Amino acid sequence: MRKVHSKVSAALDGLLFDGMTIMAGGFGLCGIPEALIYAIRDSGVKDLTVISNNAGVDGIGLGVLLETRQIRKMVSSYVGENKLFAQQYLSGELELEFNPQGTLAERIRAGGAGVPAFYTKTGVGTIIADGKDVREFDGESYVMERGLFADLSIVHAFKGDTEGNLVYRKTARNFNPIMATAARITVAEVEHLVDAGNIDPDQVHTPGIFVKRIVHVPNPTKHIEQRTTRPRIIAASEVN
Amino acid sequence: MAWTRDQMAERAAQELQDGFYVNLGIGIPTLVANYIPTGMSVQLQSENGMLGMGPFPYEGEEDADLINAGKQTITELPTTSYFSGADSFGMIRGGHIDLSILGAMQVARNGDLANWMVPGKMVKGMGGAMDLVAGVKKVVVVMEHEAKGEAKLLEQCTLPLTGQRVTDLVITDLGVFAIERRGDPKMTLIEIAPGVTVDEIKAKTLAAFDIAVQ
Repeated sequence: MRKVHSKVSAALDGLLFDGMTIMAGGFGLCGIPEALIYAIRDSGVKDLTVISNNAGVDGIGLGVLLETRQIRKMVSSYVGENKLFAQQYLSGELELEFNPQGTLAERIRAGGAGVPAFYTKTGVGTIIADGKDVREFDGESYVMERGLFADLSIVHAFKGDTEGNLVYRKTARNFNPIMATAARITVAEVEHLVDAGNIDPDQVHTPGIFVKRIVHVPNPTKHIEQRTTRPRIIAASEVN
Repeated sequence: MAWTRDQMAERAAQELQDGFYVNLGIGIPTLVANYIPTGMSVQLQSENGMLGMGPFPYEGEEDADLINAGKQTITELPTTSYFSGADSFGMIRGGHIDLSILGAMQVARNGDLANWMVPGKMVKGMGGAMDLVAGVKKVVVVMEHEAKGEAKLLEQCTLPLTGQRVTDLVITDLGVFAIERRGDPKMTLIEIAPGVTVDEIKAKTLAAFDIAVQ
């Protein structure tokens, strides 16, 4: 039970310091570790470099850390949903490093696996490759990208056990499993916390070795950015 | 009559083949899903981590944990699988996706494509676009022929590139162009929308092109 913390703030106790680098899982607002983000806000830690595919939206997710100006630099692939972000970036308050989404994912995967750098075709001949090593393999050009490793990763999972084994749900998986591998310490918030032995070992997405602390966050509010639906077509057989 | 957005999507759907794994971008490309021929097996990939993307849910059945890359609520199919961002882009960068259909701000005669940034204005980011054009086997661009009276098919792109020599086919409201990705730059007009003339297309295209209308 040593990994399990009863409060979100306790799960981050002693881990936060000014100027640190934090990875935060999620795609848009799907699968974001929202409770942990709010605990980071409440801690007041500042000058953060945050690695996350997106930057939340105004007032939700990482958007709250922009409001409090705790983030100094974002490493992301797409930040189009956040007006405050645009404002802070254009005024020079916020640094921004764009990565192609696949390059970002692979940099995280590589960092977690102890791979310091790799070559990819993505970005060759674009400003993304400026200043980076470009090499030819088998007649094609590739650009070198570095692995990423953070001081802390915060992830959201659907289910976790007391050993730290995690299971994600549907597209809320996204960046969470790779980020869980790519930091000195990973803290997971889980919607359902069970005793070890209650998750089928064949179904574990993130093995517990990657998760140092875990906290139960039951029934979290989940946000939908683009609620899209289709009309119900009533079959003729249902209308008498 | 130039093609409508739906007609452009319908034309793009002719590039689908049975058994294809396909990634559709935001905007007109999304509409291509409405024109998958009946009986053809096509699996749609969503780069946030899903293969086998289903239609939008019925009202009341939205699931916040089930979205596409445009952050829209969607549904799953019997063929669906979920995976991490690294696996998702492994599929894309590893050349396992057959076809990418996406929008563009500019395409050059040699296949260069720009669709992610306008310098001096707020940049939103490239998302997965650079990975898609670099890794997917065939790249089809669907876009309006002009933007506010300015040509989008050019001799050379003026905007920062998304990828170099990555475009195979361009479908606009006026016609369809095939592009050579290797060797000397070559762009060929292969189809013309009904009622549109070659002269009109020439007037609205700032790039040399051959004509081989079938």
